[in-house]
Amino acid sequence: MTGAGAVPKTGLPAVEVHDLTVAYRSNPVLWDVDLKVPEGRLVAIVGPNGAGKSTLLKTILGQVRQTTGWVQVYGEPYATRRSWVGYVPQRESVDWDFPTLAQDVVTMGLYGRIGWLRRPGRRHREIALSCLERLGIGHLAGRQISQLSGGQQQRVFLARALAQDARLYLMDEPLAGVDATTEKAITVVVVHHDLQTVPEYFDHVVLLNMRLVAAGAVEEVFTAENLQQTYGGRSSILTRAAEALFASKATLKE
Amino acid sequence: MSDTFVILLVGCMVASSCALVGTFLVLRKMALLGDAISHSVLPGIAIGFLLSQSRSSLVMVVGAGALGVLTVFLVERLQRSGRLYADASIGVVFPALFAVGVILISRYASMIDLDLDCVLYGEIAYTPWDLVVVAGTTVGPRAVWVTGLTLLLNLVVIGLFFKELKLVSFDPGLCEALGFRPVRLHYLLMALVSVTVVAAFESVGAILVVAMLVVPPCVAYLLVDRLVLMLATAVASGCIAVFAGYGLARVLDGSIAGGMAVAAGGLFILAFLLSPRYGLIASWIRRRRAVGRYPAQ
Repeated sequence: MTGAGAVPKTGLPAVEVHDLTVAYRSNPVLWDVDLKVPEGRLVAIVGPNGAGKSTLLKTILGQVRQTTGWVQVYGEPYATRRSWVGYVPQRESVDWDFPTLAQDVVTMGLYGRIGWLRRPGRRHREIALSCLERLGIGHLAGRQISQLSGGQQQRVFLARALAQDARLYLMDEPLAGVDATTEKAITVVVVHHDLQTVPEYFDHVVLLNMRLVAAGAVEEVFTAENLQQTYGGRSSILTRAAEALFASKATLKE
Repeated sequence: MSDTFVILLVGCMVASSCALVGTFLVLRKMALLGDAISHSVLPGIAIGFLLSQSRSSLVMVVGAGALGVLTVFLVERLQRSGRLYADASIGVVFPALFAVGVILISRYASMIDLDLDCVLYGEIAYTPWDLVVVAGTTVGPRAVWVTGLTLLLNLVVIGLFFKELKLVSFDPGLCEALGFRPVRLHYLLMALVSVTVVAAFESVGAILVVAMLVVPPCVAYLLVDRLVLMLATAVASGCIAVFAGYGLARVLDGSIAGGMAVAAGGLFILAFLLSPRYGLIASWIRRRRAVGRYPAQ
């Protein structure tokens, strides 16, 4: 929400992860990950399904407890850097039939700044509206959220993250509109599925498959060899078939 | 105060309290947890009664509140073990606790006026005669005080924490990320549900309180699109059910609490059929119009 360059650089890594292992019950999801995300980059996290991409974001946010290792955001634990971090969860993570309006959802991004017990005021609603306008859906502010299309719901989530006015954004598979958040000193870490668009949209990439395969500038680490290592050397058709199977199993289990 | 007035007043205050907490239960897909709490507070009520030897004591409310929170804790524990589904964990916990309460009452309290039927079904018709006497002066029926204070408590807590409860109900992930403590908010809400249920149990009973917790918020959910309006509509439909149910009971010469629950069910059917956006008839008309606009080839 600030003008270009208004956020001074800190000189610290936006995210630093050291020796990180995360396990659900006894199954490891992330194994011994060491990672430094430099400030001011647009970062894609890629890897096959079940590679621990969402878990990595949730661990940075303190929503998932690590088994070993530590995570820092701009040199501090997340708890003291909350106000610096904006989060865009997967669209499916909430119930869009909830009785609330698009503008109310965006206002929720400001709750951290408003603090316990106080109510959002007119100023906060105006900020929320301007965030919706930046994503081109200001005219939908008064819509109940179930009356929005999937893409519009995604934009509501992005507008909410914008309202958080953060310097680090963590996004779990946003489909579009990421460019609205980008500015010089702002770091954006995105879980991304479409490998083909990585070089076009991002300048930094993290290749993850439970372990860290590679991380660095796109032109250096986004290579066929690293990708093969990340995706297990399967041909793309096999990979897609396996992922479809994985997805159908996941649905069946629910 | 006339008897009818007291009955309707108590009914409306119970319905309003239940509608307020029930709205959050329904939105968080925990309607059955309200059901569970309404049953598993029974041993707390019995123990509180046995300790204090009176039905009006604070000990009873505290005991019931503690059992309510214990229920939630046990359900969460079972669920988090990852070995049971949420609904199964609820089904395991509350009948066990409820049964303990049934045994306690039938063994130790059946001779006195803590009657099992009264706990299960309530008897709102008797509320006008159970008066509170302070320093020699009668200050009104006890149920009016109990349900009135409960309603006040609900209004204050939900008024203070409205923003936080809304956030945790819609997006617990963001709630956690912003530092708003979803677990504490969860227990706050559940403690509120427990207290509300205890206050309601002697007027509408442990079973019918579920109708007041779940049905009016569901009516509201079908009718409006904003949380504030949903709370208001739930309270309003709860109170309408109280009046209609009282009339029904008068006509049929039946249980008042039963009449109120039936009336709530009737309101739900009306909303389900007639809701302008989500109702059966509205969507039927929309379909007909769509067919008219794009006729089959």
